Amino acid sequence: MTGYRDLAALIDRMPSPAKYANIVNSTLDVLWVLYDRVLDVSPERIEDPDRDRFLLSKGHCPNAFYAVLAAKGFIEAAELDKWGSFASRLGKHPDRVLLPGAEIGSGSLGHGLGLGVGTVLGLRAQGRTAPKVVVLVGDAEMDEGSNHEAIVLAGRLGLEQLTAVVVDNTSASHGWPGGIGARFALEGWAERVVDGHDHTALYEAFTQPHPGRPLVVVAQVEPKN
Amino acid sequence: MRDAFAETISRALDTDPRLALVLADISADRIQQAARRHPDRVINVGIREQLLIGVTGGLALAGMRPVAHTFPPFLVERAFEQIKLDLSHQDAGAVLVSWGGSYDIADNGRTHMAPGDVALMDTLPGWRIQVPGHPREAAELVSAALPGEDSVYLRLSAQSNAQARPVTPTLQVVRRGREAVVVAVGPTLDRVLAATASMDVTVLYASTVRPFDGAGLRAAVEFTGRADVVLVEPYLAGTSTHCVAEALLHVPHRVLALGVRRDVELRAYGEPADHDAAHGLDVTGIAAAVHTFTG
Repeated sequence: MTGYRDLAALIDRMPSPAKYANIVNSTLDVLWVLYDRVLDVSPERIEDPDRDRFLLSKGHCPNAFYAVLAAKGFIEAAELDKWGSFASRLGKHPDRVLLPGAEIGSGSLGHGLGLGVGTVLGLRAQGRTAPKVVVLVGDAEMDEGSNHEAIVLAGRLGLEQLTAVVVDNTSASHGWPGGIGARFALEGWAERVVDGHDHTALYEAFTQPHPGRPLVVVAQVEPKN
Repeated sequence: MRDAFAETISRALDTDPRLALVLADISADRIQQAARRHPDRVINVGIREQLLIGVTGGLALAGMRPVAHTFPPFLVERAFEQIKLDLSHQDAGAVLVSWGGSYDIADNGRTHMAPGDVALMDTLPGWRIQVPGHPREAAELVSAALPGEDSVYLRLSAQSNAQARPVTPTLQVVRRGREAVVVAVGPTLDRVLAATASMDVTVLYASTVRPFDGAGLRAAVEFTGRADVVLVEPYLAGTSTHCVAEALLHVPHRVLALGVRRDVELRAYGEPADHDAAHGLDVTGIAAAVHTFTG
């Protein structure tokens, strides 16, 4: 069985400029904890309407995402070698139509949270109140105003099925005085701030109940600069 | 057409549990009763047009059939990248319904005008684009779009022809002539018929503009015997010229494209009729242009 310790070798199969190494690694632990212990989804259930959904909103540097998908059997490890090439299903930004298992195509920042809110509303309208929808965004991605439209509505509607995880490497050009989580908390979200590499803390943050409210987990990692 | 949409969608919400309507405040007052009956499926996101489309995409990904509605500049132009990515790129089918045409609310000025909406939507593959010419056609097209999985842009307007015509995906022959083929889109039909009443021209009617009925146009051109085509579109002039060029690839032809002018921003208020006149889309303007073209 492929485990956490195998991820580095999987990531190494996708050559990337060295300057992106930190960014690739910034999401690795969050992704691993989600797919290993939190999300109720598997390669056999990618069409199951009652599966949990993970939306990689910050589509940049998806190496860690692809490595986790390979580790969990969603894709063959051999596919990683050809990433970014013309016929590969694995682009430098994911495409859900090419890659079953990726819930959304992303890369342009600020699209995942709105799609996540709509997904939760669609599930709820069908009486599917169990599936979780987890959206991964970056702290700089939060510059996009579209996120703030989604934060307000999700908070006001009390979308408990929705979790936003902000991987915070303090890369937003103008920063977030008081913390990015405060923007969510003000709108009624449950807020948890954890070390983005601490698997136990991430697991606790993702799984402790937050009745009647959406959840934001701020996963703090090494500053980009 | 706005009432026709509100009534049709309200009834459909009662019978189709897959259906969800997403609003951004506009027209929410007309959907109140359905919203009370179906609070989970009538979602007013407030004045948030990026979220309007994002939520629409998410609903489709969750297996619903979403319909999003507001005025054309806010539906198509304001959050166009969301239409490109949250709908098209995700392969998430949806029905977008605008009301307001190019300048139905002319006295609100440029901010509430969107003559470029169809041209913008035309940059995305796979969208069915429909421009009904009468409230009854609008109701029929809305009803027909709801059960599907595909992507539909319905462009509703306060402008209307006196009579509803049958709703077909093809170009309908309204009148036969020998001098030219005039394609009237949606609510321009009555004006085209009045403008060309004394001319020997074929008049075709289109309420579906994408996919464009190229075969229908070719057949009409063959029957007419002259490959002189006039497009009369109630939005940006020339929006469908490339479709005519494609349809008549092997036929030397001429095209006159009438529509909202592209060369200047018309800074004026008033009534829609004032703008029709200013863009040459009134009876007098159409008659003069077709006469010069065929003469």
